[in-house]
Amino acid sequence: MSSDIDYKDAGSILAPLKNLRFFAREPVTEPLGPRPAAENYRGFHVNDWELCIGCSTCQKVCDNAAISMIHIPGLPNDPVKGVRDHRPAIDYGRCCWCGLCVDICPTGSISLTREYVHTCTEPELDSYFVLPDPNGMHKTHFPKGWSKTEQNDLLDHDRQPMAEMAPEARIGDFAEIVAGYTDQQALLEASRCVQCGMCHDACPTQMHAPDYIRAIWQGNVELAVEEIYRTNPFAHVCGRVCTHKCEDACSIGRRGTPVAIRWLKRYAMDALAPAKVKKIAAKGKSRKKSGRKIAIVGAGPAGMTAAFDLIKQGHAVTVFEALDQAGGMTRYGIPYYRLPSESLQRDIDIIVSLGVEMRYRTRVGVDVSMAELEQEYDAVVLALGLQLGRSTRIPGSDHVQVRAAVDLLRRIAAGESLAVPDKVVVIGGGNVAMDIARTLARLQKQQHGVVGMTVCALEDFAHFLADPEEVRESGEEGIEIIDARGPRHCVVNDDGTLGGLCTWKVLSIFDEQHRFAPKFDESDERIHEAGMVVESIGQMTDTGLLGDELTEALEWNRGRMKVDAFGRTSLPWLWAAGDCVNGPDVVHAVADGHRVATSINEYLTQEVAA
Amino acid sequence: MRPENYQAQSHPPSHEYELNFGPNHPGIEGNYALQVRLHGDTVVSAHADGGYLHRGFEKLMEGRLWIQNIALVPRICVPDPVPMEVCYSLAIEDISGLQVPERAKWLRVLQLELSRIAAHLFYFGGHAATTGMYSPSFWGVADRDLILDRFEELSGGRVYHIFNIPGGVRRDIPEGFLGRVSALLDYLEARLPEYDDLLFRNQVFVRRSKGVGVIDQQQALAWGVTGPNLRATGLGFDVRRDDPYLIYNQLDFEIPTEDSGCCWARTLVRRSELQQSIRICRQVIAALPDIGGPVRAPIPNPLAWNVPVGESYTRVESSKGELAYYVLSTGGEKPYRVHVRGPSAMHAVQVLEKMVTGGRLEDVAQIMFSLDACPPEVDR
Repeated sequence: MSSDIDYKDAGSILAPLKNLRFFAREPVTEPLGPRPAAENYRGFHVNDWELCIGCSTCQKVCDNAAISMIHIPGLPNDPVKGVRDHRPAIDYGRCCWCGLCVDICPTGSISLTREYVHTCTEPELDSYFVLPDPNGMHKTHFPKGWSKTEQNDLLDHDRQPMAEMAPEARIGDFAEIVAGYTDQQALLEASRCVQCGMCHDACPTQMHAPDYIRAIWQGNVELAVEEIYRTNPFAHVCGRVCTHKCEDACSIGRRGTPVAIRWLKRYAMDALAPAKVKKIAAKGKSRKKSGRKIAIVGAGPAGMTAAFDLIKQGHAVTVFEALDQAGGMTRYGIPYYRLPSESLQRDIDIIVSLGVEMRYRTRVGVDVSMAELEQEYDAVVLALGLQLGRSTRIPGSDHVQVRAAVDLLRRIAAGESLAVPDKVVVIGGGNVAMDIARTLARLQKQQHGVVGMTVCALEDFAHFLADPEEVRESGEEGIEIIDARGPRHCVVNDDGTLGGLCTWKVLSIFDEQHRFAPKFDESDERIHEAGMVVESIGQMTDTGLLGDELTEALEWNRGRMKVDAFGRTSLPWLWAAGDCVNGPDVVHAVADGHRVATSINEYLTQEVAA
Repeated sequence: MRPENYQAQSHPPSHEYELNFGPNHPGIEGNYALQVRLHGDTVVSAHADGGYLHRGFEKLMEGRLWIQNIALVPRICVPDPVPMEVCYSLAIEDISGLQVPERAKWLRVLQLELSRIAAHLFYFGGHAATTGMYSPSFWGVADRDLILDRFEELSGGRVYHIFNIPGGVRRDIPEGFLGRVSALLDYLEARLPEYDDLLFRNQVFVRRSKGVGVIDQQQALAWGVTGPNLRATGLGFDVRRDDPYLIYNQLDFEIPTEDSGCCWARTLVRRSELQQSIRICRQVIAALPDIGGPVRAPIPNPLAWNVPVGESYTRVESSKGELAYYVLSTGGEKPYRVHVRGPSAMHAVQVLEKMVTGGRLEDVAQIMFSLDACPPEVDR
């Protein structure tokens, strides 16, 4: 096709007169005065400081390195909530207004405005370096331009689904419920991470979650395990039952589902052969023996973590454990379907393989006294855990069929066979209550074919203590959870057998001074029929092993040993760690173990120097 | 101004002399230079001297995440940025097997054609100015601005739209956008006869440009000439029709050609293309309301995006000729190599040097502008 313009035709001689019509037209030049920008305009930034959490994701995506995170004193800074007192500042000498910072922002706090003119004589604004706040660069409150919408959002808000056993299948036996991620799922889940590090800050033991997530994303499981072992020798356990403070702080969780950090850790630990994990765990172990001896009382996560650190620092470590196997509450408190004992054993085996001397079935205070330990060892760590169940002490609670949850869980984990009545009531609303209810429900299913389990919690569902997923899964398994019920007395039949539990409706739990003082509606009374009542209202430490003399010598704080910031008690040779000072939670226990190990190592090396 | 590394050379007595045509010269396009050797007014030889705009785009891209490069690529050709964004995105989509939603494809075509119109309007102004006519410059820039207004509305940026990303486009069109584009097209179409009167029927322009800077089809093919410059030699090759991408195979348009291969023919081809682009835009505007669905395929988190191992050579038809991206991924979060096969690198170096040789000094600027070379894209 060729042009149809006849360029040879010079046109009429009067043709130039056509130009007269231009006199009637508006000039094409822009009128003087402000020209409002389009609704989507990508002008100067604004940042809603209330929404912004200082995660620095905008800084990471900025293709011109125009964004710096500035520390703003006075802003909230709470690692556990996932908030930092940093806010992005923009160097407009580098910014290209592409708006990627807006598209990727996990909170949606940052936006571009329709403001695009910057002329200013004030010296403080005579700079390209500007800290955007909600009012805009010149405090002129320009309307927003390019901001976050569903379409331009670059983040993936949905977690990879985790394969689980169906409720009908899992109530029949104790098999682990969660299947774990496949390679592909783990890679996709890991790719959701923006590497903000909120998880690292929130974790009690400061796990390097961004690093191991990135390693998983790179397909390098070995590196991931290495990153995990920097801070946590209980990773098989934490990958399954951690309370995951990291996920609560995850910036992706601000508008979507947080990255499944716990499941990713589990994936990495399960994906690598145990021999390789062992090799990684042994990395950095001191070849020099310090000649110092440390006794650790209790082979739970806190004690074993301290043992792990101290043995790597070259000290000789002996762990005293009253029971048959190590693991403490993770073995004798957490049911198999949540944490199979084989997984726990892998963690324990690795720590023991480094050369820790284990003395099982050795009860301190009975088989060996604290005084002997003080004499024979340079330092002693008490990692006693919370082994005693608290009682409600309501009338009838001394009946033989009124049991403590921790005691039952320990017996079941140790392999004792237990006859469970067809109707059981659990008092309590925490995770332990869920554990014992679900464990006994499984036994009921095996022994009677049906589940007859009721949980009476003091709290209402709006303030429930147990994890929401525990509550959901319990419901799926046929367990009835009744909220806001306070136990009054256990009903004992005339023939001496247990008849059930009588409860009142709870009106409030705390008084105005936030002290525990439950109020009940006495007109709303219910009898829950039961052949067994299980009390799961909290645990305490069995400090009987200390002996009177030591108990007297120690300083106490409301029933717990008083320790300094490093876990050291008021006696120079004695440290305490784990649930007995800081509990109850695996990952806090691990953090505690590290803390006392560091403190002991410092103490011992200083002693040598002196 | 001389380049810093300039060294005067002593020559044997001669009637020839050397002239630095650019980089600061009203007759040069952007920051670019030609060193021409003259005998009187006749160009004896010419040496293209680029590099004044070199920012190392291709190297820069290797150090940036896949997504970050979308802010970089439009800068490679400022007057016609959309083909850069689209071509880069197409290459990544090709490697990673991303399926672009239908609506995004149509939206991309709309942008591509609007960008072509804007670039051609800009081109008329530049070309006319080299023959001493400045009104077309003002008209072209003013009318191009109206297109930029629509781009601002669509993407938030007037010049660097940064609107196409791998997977589709960043957002859907605003409310009433198609109506406003439609009105703009009506206006532009009504303006075309006025451009004809001003430029194409103007004997000053016709006589200055006709028969100047001639290139025949064989030479053009041998030198790697593409796009409107090739079509001005009578060969109707257009990537949109002959190797269709996006949804061009569903559109009805023609490929304008001219036979004479001179400056005049090159301008005329572009003038006719304006009409075709308007035609394509109208088809998109008519079709878009019936094409629903998302405007972007889901892409991984841009901070952890490994494009799979692979390479892609993807080409599109830009306003200046055939534009291609060669992207090589080794499976990392950044490209291993990005090579831009821009049309201007051929047109402004090898072709221009040969075309001006033997011509007259006053035509050098015109020839360069008629080729529509874009210096930032030459230097990359």
